[in-house]
Amino acid sequence: MSIKVRIPTPLRSLTGGQSVVEINGKDIGDVIALLDKQYPGIKTRICDEENEIRRFVNIYVNEEDIRFKQGQATALKEGDEVSIIPAIAGGAQEEVGRWPA
Amino acid sequence: MLKIPKTIYDQMLAHAKAEAPLECCGLLAGKDGAVEMIYPMTNADHSPVRYMIDPKEQFVVFKEMRAKENDLVAIYHSHPHTEAYPSTTDVRLAYYPDAVYIIVSLENPNRPVMKAYRIVDNKISPEAFEIIES
Repeated sequence: MSIKVRIPTPLRSLTGGQSVVEINGKDIGDVIALLDKQYPGIKTRICDEENEIRRFVNIYVNEEDIRFKQGQATALKEGDEVSIIPAIAGGAQEEVGRWPA
Repeated sequence: MLKIPKTIYDQMLAHAKAEAPLECCGLLAGKDGAVEMIYPMTNADHSPVRYMIDPKEQFVVFKEMRAKENDLVAIYHSHPHTEAYPSTTDVRLAYYPDAVYIIVSLENPNRPVMKAYRIVDNKISPEAFEIIES
């Protein structure tokens, strides 16, 4: 089952510059695991230590955010398009104490 | 060097002023550093000190950029009360090393200041830009 995965510009250094890769996966978790097998290191950019999708990474199946579906258990079918899109965020607030002084 | 048409420069300033005291945010698209399109976006955080571009809007705009064969050239947001320099939050959440980060400061509301930076691997470097007549 071939799934088209759109790789965002910040992760293309891991996919040899490819913006779209084809992966055979039955659900999102599967796709992430297979991506990491093919492009080692990509998973840690998408998931945190608890294996959850990072807060500032959004993943869509076709037009829908997987957070409003079944998350990593969201099932995929032939021809589905998965988009991985890091959020764009920031702001004037300083993160006091976050970094060593 | 980033080239920004005067009309788009003016739109960014107007967007920052219209959203104040909240932060505004948006995207600039084009090719080879030449800005062609501005996409004012919704700040999903609705905050005076934080922004997050509404993810669904971002998804739709990214699709449009692809269709037009444009790149994401720059990301802009405002600092309503502080200087036009990336905060620690801006640096930590800078996931797009290929884009220029533009900050509009309204610290002095009568004299807005716009500055541009690259943020790569937590390092900030100033980026020159040119306002071109459009």
